[in-house]
Amino acid sequence: MDLGKLLEALVQRGKLLRRIMYVVLAGLVIADIVIPSAYDRFPWESIGGFGAFYGFISCVLIIVVSKVLGYAFLYRSEDYYDD
Amino acid sequence: MIDWVHPSLLLFGGAVVVALLRGRAQQAWLLVLPVLVIWTVFSLPSGEHGAREFLGIALTPVRVDSLSMVFASVFAIITLVGSIYALHLKDTAQHVAAYVYAGSALGVVFAGDLVTLYVFWELMVFSSVWLIWCRRNPVSMAAGFRYLLVHALGGVVLLGGVVLYFLQTGSVAFDQIQGDGWAFYLILIGFMVNAAVPPLHAWLADAYPEATVTGAIFLSALTTKTAVYTLIRGFPGTELLVWLGVIMALWGVVYAVLANDIRRLLAYHIISQVGYMVAGVGMGTIMALNGSASHAFTHILYKALLFMGAGAVIHMTGKAKLTELGGLYRWMPITLLLYMVGAFSISAFPLFSGFVSKTMVVEAAALDARAWVWLLLSLASAGTFLHTGLKLPWFTFFGTDSGLRPKEAPLNMLVAMGIAAFLCIFIGVYPHWLYAMMPEAVEYNAYTSGHVLWELQLLLFTGVGFFLLLKHVGGEWKISLDTDWVYRKLLPIIAGAVQRAFSQFWQGTLATLSRQVTLLVSGVSRHHGPQGMLARTWPTGSMVLWVAVLLAASLLIYYL
Repeated sequence: MDLGKLLEALVQRGKLLRRIMYVVLAGLVIADIVIPSAYDRFPWESIGGFGAFYGFISCVLIIVVSKVLGYAFLYRSEDYYDD
Repeated sequence: MIDWVHPSLLLFGGAVVVALLRGRAQQAWLLVLPVLVIWTVFSLPSGEHGAREFLGIALTPVRVDSLSMVFASVFAIITLVGSIYALHLKDTAQHVAAYVYAGSALGVVFAGDLVTLYVFWELMVFSSVWLIWCRRNPVSMAAGFRYLLVHALGGVVLLGGVVLYFLQTGSVAFDQIQGDGWAFYLILIGFMVNAAVPPLHAWLADAYPEATVTGAIFLSALTTKTAVYTLIRGFPGTELLVWLGVIMALWGVVYAVLANDIRRLLAYHIISQVGYMVAGVGMGTIMALNGSASHAFTHILYKALLFMGAGAVIHMTGKAKLTELGGLYRWMPITLLLYMVGAFSISAFPLFSGFVSKTMVVEAAALDARAWVWLLLSLASAGTFLHTGLKLPWFTFFGTDSGLRPKEAPLNMLVAMGIAAFLCIFIGVYPHWLYAMMPEAVEYNAYTSGHVLWELQLLLFTGVGFFLLLKHVGGEWKISLDTDWVYRKLLPIIAGAVQRAFSQFWQGTLATLSRQVTLLVSGVSRHHGPQGMLARTWPTGSMVLWVAVLLAASLLIYYL
């Protein structure tokens, strides 16, 4: 079995994989809009596709906020603690 | 007739045997001992055992109930997995330390009273630190000492709490801690140090990445999860813990963005995941406590798997930083695949273990109508996938080719990872196996269309964000400050200043004193010195003269 070769073949078809992913993403959002929501404990639970929106926003927010904190306060050179 | 054996004693005895054996015999014992431990744990009769009175304190060394069994069984399983992973290792000290550590952790979860718990708690610290020191370089020596320092302080706080608790209640039985005085908070803080609750968490991200490749597996599994156990047992429904848990979940995520060392990234995600468990303890509902316990169970398995994957990369390449790694998928594909099972599990993808446990905690927040907790924990979920599922594997196995051409990890490492990966998928597909172990009946179904759709959207669109910002998420040649800055930088600065001030004061005092002494000496020497009046030598002649005078005087007096 050569898992490495299989992975390499997949990596070479990166463009195709990306297109498949787009279809999956679109399908998910459509499914969430079409299928009536199972929960309504919070107002946003009944909005179709809210999960997609929240996931994307979360990701961007986490990266931006963390990097800002990093550059403003937290990052130091690697030998900072070596005296 | 002994009808049960304390698994801790079995492990301690087994550790002695490990120390006596060498070579093949030692390797065989490394496989036999954990299997015996698993068998011993599962055959423990439930109830309280070995109760005795010691110095007027009623002790219950062993209590076996469903909650202690949840943790004990996964500790026993991970001891086997960790042993297989370390099978190639010819470092007896590490094997011994790992078994004493695992035995102590089992001792804590079976302890029915706080005194027994404290003894095993301290034993955990002093055995686990060797898994850091055994890397045998100056960096891990220093990190180990800091680890020891923090836990020693935590232990003192816990002991203080236990003593006060005994004085207040007259009992050391370990159940829900009553009252809200000093005893309550000291014990809580003692537990929180080990659970790595901010701001007492920095020891974890400081020490774990410096541990040995194999030792980190035990570390990642045991210390924080025994603490979660003690919190579930002692502090269910403590409102403060809800928010501390949410802060933990987010804290880990922020620092994981900044991390460059792969095991430091994973260490911050321990903090993040334990945050879910701590929040669950704080909510204290049946659903939340079941969620915390089952998340601890799945977490131990997938986190060990992730640490094993990262450890395999470090073992084979000697590199640990994202900036030095890249393009390994072609050379270590099995490691990649097994690592990804752990990554999908921690991210809570449907059909992987995290999905059936993490969502239970989040669901508990929904049932409790805690909107902010729910939103923030969901945000942290996105962050988990972002780092463990995307950033780490992308920049290690894909990304820019680092030119490294390692071989696949050794067979024993792959087998250990395979067992953990199997359990991750097994629990994800068949959650009933896990739920049946829980302390209370689980009335939760993870696989509703609502949960599955929500989770898939959340995670996959996190992926969209990741690839859009790919240029900005890689590792950087930097470290980030955390609260350990206080004792690594601030306290040394203060100590330095105090030392300088004191040494100035001391020099001044010495100078004044020496002036006084000089004056005294010169005064004495004026009178008693070589030239002094009182030290002048008198000639023998004058002595004779005076004797003659005295004799003459006595003669005179005699005649009178």
